[in-house]
Amino acid sequence: MSNNNAEQIESVISKSLKIGVILSAVITLVGFAMFLITGNSGYPDKFFPTDPLQIFAGVAALKPYAIILTGLMILILTPVLRVGISIILFLKEKDYKFTVITAVVFVILIISFLLGKVEQ
Amino acid sequence: MALQIFLIAIAAGFIGSLLGLGGGIIITPVLTLLFGLDIKYAIGASVVSVIATSSGAAVAYIKDKITNVRVGMFLEIGTTLGAITGAFLSAIINPKYLFFIFGLFLLFSAIMMIKKSKQELPQNVKPHPVAEKLGLNGEYYDKVLKREVAYNVTGVYGGLGMMYGAGVLSGLLGIGSGIFKVMAMDFHMKLPIKVSSATSNFMIGVTAAASAGVYFLRGSIDPKIAAPVALGVLIGATVGTRIMQRLKSKTLRLIFVPVLIFTSVEMIIKGVFNG
Repeated sequence: MSNNNAEQIESVISKSLKIGVILSAVITLVGFAMFLITGNSGYPDKFFPTDPLQIFAGVAALKPYAIILTGLMILILTPVLRVGISIILFLKEKDYKFTVITAVVFVILIISFLLGKVEQ
Repeated sequence: MALQIFLIAIAAGFIGSLLGLGGGIIITPVLTLLFGLDIKYAIGASVVSVIATSSGAAVAYIKDKITNVRVGMFLEIGTTLGAITGAFLSAIINPKYLFFIFGLFLLFSAIMMIKKSKQELPQNVKPHPVAEKLGLNGEYYDKVLKREVAYNVTGVYGGLGMMYGAGVLSGLLGIGSGIFKVMAMDFHMKLPIKVSSATSNFMIGVTAAASAGVYFLRGSIDPKIAAPVALGVLIGATVGTRIMQRLKSKTLRLIFVPVLIFTSVEMIIKGVFNG
């Protein structure tokens, strides 16, 4: 693989991380500002949702905690997405060794999310 | 309390991005020792802190080519597998022991750092055959030395094994165990310390994400704690990446030592007397 291609891959990875970080920061900030200003989390007592579907329903109802958790979910998913994007980038550059390496990491990540869901 | 958490998160993101540690090392003890929060929520917040430091710092470090992306991605096989193992062990193991293990682990890291504090760059490293095959050897522009630094990578298999261990710790303690990753790359794989730190930063996000899913669904990530942590850490990490490149490698090593010793003692005390 030439240096040029390697640089291109790194540039795309860096940019995708940047988009994820900014998006999650903005959404988290909006939710947190709403929570601080209104003093209302949108949920009774200390409760906060952990199920993504419940969180999205909360976002639709503009509940501050649901908005914060959406921002945090994007933050958590950013590195996962970065691995996913890398698979495609390496495949495009015909760097098959690293296509396999990143694909293995991606599968392990997906398994870890699924295991978390099952355990719950 | 939100403002205090936010300020501490800025410091955590700053130090974490300098040293490749992810800031969980600061967030977990501060939230439990200073704010008296349940370790469950402290770990959830620190997982968020690790991911924020990692992604926030990686944006700059990859652009400036300090991160060795190929080394990072290769070693992630070990860290992610370890992280799954650790997250499930954490439901079985008593937090008291968690503190104790955490503390001992930090003290060990400090001793390792002092031992190597005189070295600016690794010398005469013979590249591992696998490193050549996978194209892991690299180079970066050092802003202090004002030249390109080319380096070889060795100890590939041992490094991968140590990354599995680092992953287990991160799942157990809710930290990216960046120190252990930096140690493995610095000590065993002989990468320059800046590359080790930046590459560790790059990897810890993925390791933490592997266990974050579990913590998220388990309800460990409390929005009113995790939000100021995430925002503060992102700010601190952005500043940290600019400073790190202008520090000497020796200086970087010395910054490690007091951070490690202080936190280590605190955690061992907590592990022995409370828990």
